[in-house]
Amino acid sequence: MSDNTTTPAGQDYEPGTHPDLPPPFTASGPVKWVADNLFSSPANIIMTILAIFALYKIIPGFAAWAISDATFLAADRNECRELGTGACWAFIVQRWELFTYGFYPEAERWRVILTFVLLMVVIIGLLWENCPGRKHVLRFALIFPFLAFWLVMGGFGLERVTTDQFGGFMLTVIIGVVGISLSLPIGICLALGRQSNLPIIKYACIGFIEFIRGVPLITLLFVASTMLSYFLPPGTNFNLLLRVLIMVTLFASAYMAEVIRGGLQAIPKGQIEAADAMGLKYWAAMRLIVLPQALKISIPGIVNTFIGLYKDSTLVIIIGLLDPLGIGQASLADNKWQGLSTEVYLFVAIFFFISCFAMARYSLYLERKLDTGHKS
Amino acid sequence: MNTETQKVEQSELGEVAIKIRQMHKWYGQFHVLKDINLEVKSGERIVVCGPSGSGKSTMIRCINRLEEHQKGDIIVDGTELTNDLKNIEAVRREVGMVFQHFNLFPHLTVMENCTLAPIWVRKTPKAEAEAIAMQYLERVKIPEQAHKYPGQLSGGQQQRVAIARSLCMSPKIMLFDEPTSALDPEMIKEVLDVMIELAQEGMTMICVTHEMGFAKTVANRVIFMDVGQIIEQNEPTEFFNNPQNERTQLFLSQILQH
Repeated sequence: MSDNTTTPAGQDYEPGTHPDLPPPFTASGPVKWVADNLFSSPANIIMTILAIFALYKIIPGFAAWAISDATFLAADRNECRELGTGACWAFIVQRWELFTYGFYPEAERWRVILTFVLLMVVIIGLLWENCPGRKHVLRFALIFPFLAFWLVMGGFGLERVTTDQFGGFMLTVIIGVVGISLSLPIGICLALGRQSNLPIIKYACIGFIEFIRGVPLITLLFVASTMLSYFLPPGTNFNLLLRVLIMVTLFASAYMAEVIRGGLQAIPKGQIEAADAMGLKYWAAMRLIVLPQALKISIPGIVNTFIGLYKDSTLVIIIGLLDPLGIGQASLADNKWQGLSTEVYLFVAIFFFISCFAMARYSLYLERKLDTGHKS
Repeated sequence: MNTETQKVEQSELGEVAIKIRQMHKWYGQFHVLKDINLEVKSGERIVVCGPSGSGKSTMIRCINRLEEHQKGDIIVDGTELTNDLKNIEAVRREVGMVFQHFNLFPHLTVMENCTLAPIWVRKTPKAEAEAIAMQYLERVKIPEQAHKYPGQLSGGQQQRVAIARSLCMSPKIMLFDEPTSALDPEMIKEVLDVMIELAQEGMTMICVTHEMGFAKTVANRVIFMDVGQIIEQNEPTEFFNNPQNERTQLFLSQILQH
């Protein structure tokens, strides 16, 4: 093997005067990556070949079915069959709006779009530290929940829309965003409460966490949809979506609390002692010293809980709310479009995968960004 | 430093800064500190030594209530330490502490470590707090590291930051809990130099350490502890040359051998 960088032969260097040389060609770059990752051992070589073979078998067939042989515009299933042998996306194209808005009145859908755009602005502002005009966005984020509530629900000059008209992706996003943004702070409070020195707070938190964790979400949703009306005074009409939001949030909070407790326990005692020794009060010490570190450690678990919550939102189907999966199932009953379950479920799967994958990538980015080179 | 100058300095010492009277502490059933009596004058520099498990760290941690005592009184800077959080916070504002393992906040830069308490506890404006922090970082000779994270510094540098961080609160009293025990030999000197300088400026210091050279150079008084009691205390020359107690003699012979 010949190096492309050569040291001048026979030259002696005084200690400390040897120049920094670039590494040899084979010790860096794509060649090294391939050698290390794909062909490092006989087993690895076999696996690489098998993987390439499997991909070769699967990808062309799938691409033909999903794209080149597929139909994108057709009036019904039969027309689809005539136009192509692959997937029948025409069904999705035709029902696109149902999948997105559910039964939200057509004339009012601009409100949903506007809310979604504003939500994206807020999310970008919150998640992207160098976002231009971030200060204003953060201030806007404080009033956004009220604005969004008004836009989506109506009243005060806008036409009222009832929550049973909500559905599709819109419903998933509402449950996801509300659940995620509330379960984190509630989870933090529960985790801190569980470590409290005051027995009442401590046991209340433990009781809540263990009860909620010990019951399946479906049960909680059933309780929300049916049994709650027995406990509430007769005549009170408690919005079903609101009940679902509360249950989903509480459920996620209990899991969140345990994830964060794990992070809290990983913080060395010395950190709290140092904060105490400076005269910081409890809440200041928690907010400035303990939580930033504990939450950083917990990021994978927190995002895991977020993703779980987001996907669990499909369970609302069993109490009659129509999320994308529910819309899909209801649509499959249509006589004109029979036998398209593959397309429908694939479509819904892609939607969920994109959202969840985005969360996962963001969590990796955050972990890398917050890494301050301290591992002990 | 000869005895005469020390005597002069003794007379210059001010009022009582810390007073510990008949203090006892238990961990569960275990009686860790037994009848501790100690008076520290303002400007006094005290070195506490003794075998491990003798209660020296526990004793100085009682002074800022990182540990709770169960019997007796501790009065720091005129404030008695009781269960009253107000008193505890008042004492902690005036007492700085440097730990064996530095306990810097790894998620904050050196500068943020130094300005955190002044901003949040003393309510100093940020710009002013940063100017003060820079002064102290210069004094401990690492101003160029201000915007790095603690994880990027060597142990000695971290401990110097920890000292600067405490000084930023302009404490009246500094407690050092084995500040050099976790350091490589090369780095011990740079930390001790900072501490010596601080001592020469008249800071009231209580220092748990095994650095006997440091004790000889700066201490007004050396305290020897064993099994939770103060066995012997004396000014350094007398303490090292003429230890009274048998246990002290044994301890000194062991640590001064090498």
